[in-house]
Amino acid sequence: MTDTAVSLLAVTEPILRVVNVVKHFSAGVGASVKAVDGVSFDIMPGETVGLVGESGCGKSTLGRVITQLLPATSGEVILDGVDITKLRGEKLRQQRKQLQIIFQDPYASLDPRMTVGDIIAEPLVNFKMIGRGKSKDARVQELLRTVGLNPYFNNRYPHEFSGGQRQRIGIARALALNPKIIICDEPVSALDVSIQAQIINLLEDLQREFHLTYLFIAHDLSVVRHISNRVMVMYLGRICEVAPSDDLYRSQDHPYTRALLSSIPVPDPRIESHRRLVELSGEIPSPRKPPSGCLFHTRCPIAQVPGVCADVVPPLELKPDGHLASCHFSDQVRTKIAVSI
Amino acid sequence: MAVVAAPRADQEFISSTVVREQASLWRDGLRRLRRNRLALVSAVYLILLAIVALVALVWTPYPTSAIGVAPIYSGPSGSHLLGADELGRDLLSRLMAGAQISLAVGLLSAAIVLGIGVVVGLTAGYFRGWVDGVISTVINIFYGIPALLVALLMVTVLGRSFTNVVIAISATVWMDVARLVRGQTLSLREREYVEAARASGARNLKILFGHILPNALGPIIVAVTFVIPSAILFEAFLSYLGVGIPPPTPTWGAIASEGVQALRLSPHILLFPSLALSLTLLAFNFLGDGLRDAFDPRQKR
Amino acid sequence: MTRPLLEVRDLNTHFFTDDGEVKAVRGVSFNVQPGETVGIVGESGCGKSVTAMSLLGLVQRPGRVVHGEIIFKGQDLLKLNKKELRNIRGRDIAMIFQDPLSSLNPVLRIGFQINEAMRAHNKIPRRDISRRGIDLLKQVRVPDAEHRIKDFPHQFSGGMRQRAMIAMGLSNKPDLLIADEPTTALDVTVQAQILELLRDLNEQTGAAIILITHNLGIVAGLCRRVLVMYAGEIVEQGPVEQIFDSPQHPYTWSLLRSVPRIDSDRQERLLSIEGLPPDLIDLPVGCKFNPRCPFRVERCFTEPPVIEEVAADQQAACWVTMKRAYEDMNAATIEDTSPGAASGVHPRGLRPEADPTAALAESPQ
Repeated sequence: MTDTAVSLLAVTEPILRVVNVVKHFSAGVGASVKAVDGVSFDIMPGETVGLVGESGCGKSTLGRVITQLLPATSGEVILDGVDITKLRGEKLRQQRKQLQIIFQDPYASLDPRMTVGDIIAEPLVNFKMIGRGKSKDARVQELLRTVGLNPYFNNRYPHEFSGGQRQRIGIARALALNPKIIICDEPVSALDVSIQAQIINLLEDLQREFHLTYLFIAHDLSVVRHISNRVMVMYLGRICEVAPSDDLYRSQDHPYTRALLSSIPVPDPRIESHRRLVELSGEIPSPRKPPSGCLFHTRCPIAQVPGVCADVVPPLELKPDGHLASCHFSDQVRTKIAVSI
Repeated sequence: MAVVAAPRADQEFISSTVVREQASLWRDGLRRLRRNRLALVSAVYLILLAIVALVALVWTPYPTSAIGVAPIYSGPSGSHLLGADELGRDLLSRLMAGAQISLAVGLLSAAIVLGIGVVVGLTAGYFRGWVDGVISTVINIFYGIPALLVALLMVTVLGRSFTNVVIAISATVWMDVARLVRGQTLSLREREYVEAARASGARNLKILFGHILPNALGPIIVAVTFVIPSAILFEAFLSYLGVGIPPPTPTWGAIASEGVQALRLSPHILLFPSLALSLTLLAFNFLGDGLRDAFDPRQKR
Repeated sequence: MTRPLLEVRDLNTHFFTDDGEVKAVRGVSFNVQPGETVGIVGESGCGKSVTAMSLLGLVQRPGRVVHGEIIFKGQDLLKLNKKELRNIRGRDIAMIFQDPLSSLNPVLRIGFQINEAMRAHNKIPRRDISRRGIDLLKQVRVPDAEHRIKDFPHQFSGGMRQRAMIAMGLSNKPDLLIADEPTTALDVTVQAQILELLRDLNEQTGAAIILITHNLGIVAGLCRRVLVMYAGEIVEQGPVEQIFDSPQHPYTWSLLRSVPRIDSDRQERLLSIEGLPPDLIDLPVGCKFNPRCPFRVERCFTEPPVIEEVAADQQAACWVTMKRAYEDMNAATIEDTSPGAASGVHPRGLRPEADPTAALAESPQ
């Protein structure tokens, strides 16, 4: 969906509202791992919102909490007006019709003992939306065709297909219920480079054809930026920046975002020879002992320590260039952190 | 030099499926099993044994309870291939009937153990929490009490009969299968396809019996195959001690028990049932080993 | 022109499996000059890792090198016996792998393992070995090296473990370092640090580096020359700027356009290479890329192309080459029948009037 269309729709209600979601895991007596530590955002119908971050940032956990495969420690997830964190049992199950997932591992996300046709039809069978026999076959074949697979392969087993084909099967399964929003959890990370492009194009085509909304979770910022309207960058359980994809390469309001962008290799030797890497001191802190104040201050090249960066948690707020960022010194990010000559 | 048009996107309609993996998990397992000579021989032996047992339902050379059809303590002869026991009953006929008992006890115990073990194991492994806590404690209690004691107690309380012996035996071996199923469930429930099933609206029962159980079947079948010889041996042991199925039912253990007393005189009365028992146990064990090797996904061909 | 450090001539490595003979590496020839950084790039199954393993005699049953020469400093490594090869391995040629966790022994301290690597090839007194171990850790930028050398592998993070592996690799001052996907398992910020480390080490020690990866950006940043592999063969090789600027093999050309770039316009649709890599047991006749190639001609179906010079110092194995494809494209249009075409969004670069020399100069706004 084009950006103009999305902004025109700003008058409508968001399809998904995530409000201050927190997810802690207990790690022994008294200790806890704060995997997600207060995340809020909205997703409008027809948008693709990207969620990106390195290992330990909590993006996968957040994805699992949004789909209620994991319960939230606190916070709300409001799907089309209904807070699904407050639902249990059958009521929660019914809401699943609106929210489907595409998983990362094409080899583990399909039950090896089921035929491809049964796998794709399972969501429909679970909600008794389809009988057995002809109508089920017809719908399965239609879905297979939609994702670019031979419709007569519905009786084959997953191990007979390649990684990219299995991922298409997973996508067909996610489409079966005509959900309002699809959470894509690293859908191309396990695929070869040339196959990634096939699946990315497929997801874009399907979005256009079926007016889908995506939350696209991945660690590869190049992929996320390509497919998303907006990108959210996570670090240690919190969002540090939200920006439109077109703008992200040009302008950053959080030092981590800038460092991340400087680390991503570009397949162009001339550009690479001119780039300078932002030096981040130390390593990602353990989620068990997150730093005080701004989570990034221990590695930040412009942090004021001792000072506000170590004491006060910066709020996620609107910056002059239209991004949201949680940094006390956003104005200095571009001037003080050099990334290229 | 003409350039051919770019291939159509919908030529992803793959003309042949791609991955050179096992034709099917079961077919590959069976293929490996067939290569295992010991397992094959064992399977053949067991099939023959089953046939003998079935035949014995309708015919034995002599009625199994007929006393005095042969001279007492007589050894193998033309008319009595395996000789006769201390009451002059034909040993071959009694052993054939005994095969029935042994196989019946074995298979029935296995079936009960499978049923209980699967239900208990799935419940404990899938729901975890306090449910698992309670069930695991119960399992450990059963492990704590010596099997023989449990069986003796049950038979004493409930009385000696075929049914009670099967119940007593099942009560002492169900824990192995339950623990195995629990372990399988604990690991399978974390698989992505189980998450996918839950996300697509599957109810717990559907997940347990539609996704987890079918994928745990391999090790379960192997475990159950080993339950059978344990049950048979246990029954023979109980009969040998005199607390098994009451006479005149001819079980191998009971015949062996009688044979001990006549060891000097007629060793064949102890020898033949012991041989039958040993061969049957060996066969089940080799078959179980073969099945385990055949279905182990990590084995290189 | 100095003699190459490494000359690989017509390397063929096959795997003899129950399903058939997997021809994993076929006719691979390339050179590495002393101190050079060479990238081998390709997707899974293209044979890049098997090539690296073949160089060091690490190919296990059911695979073996069936033909070829690997000439390292004048010696054919394939003609050496196990003992001689072991001497070279670890001393003159070092290798680091993708997953440092499985290459390191979890129950031995890092210092011990580095020292072992040195002791295996040199007779250095113990006191000096420990000192050298700490120096090595400092060289690979492990902070607080004096204390961390006593740590166990699990106390190191992923990036640090990889640095320890590099330290071990460098401990005997090798002439060549082979790195097989060294950063694939690492976060992108850590990856950038490791690549920068490798770049600096290459300058400081003069060790040549063969970097195996599927990531074109890494190759652009670290390597001077690149080999592109597909289905067991080298399809193109040459200096990195030339290959990225004007790739001549359709696979290289397509690959460069199928990768999303952080600096490009979001609206540009990725070029997707339809189809799948071939079965290495049952390879197609002619060019191995022909089922998927947008520019194939009749000859591609019958004759496998031979690798030839297509520009100064650049070689490709293609009957058509992109130079001629662009000429034809300007003459007639290529029908783009991918689903996105209907909506008017074209795959990058497949516009008839594209200027071949400006193929990749997508300037960020």
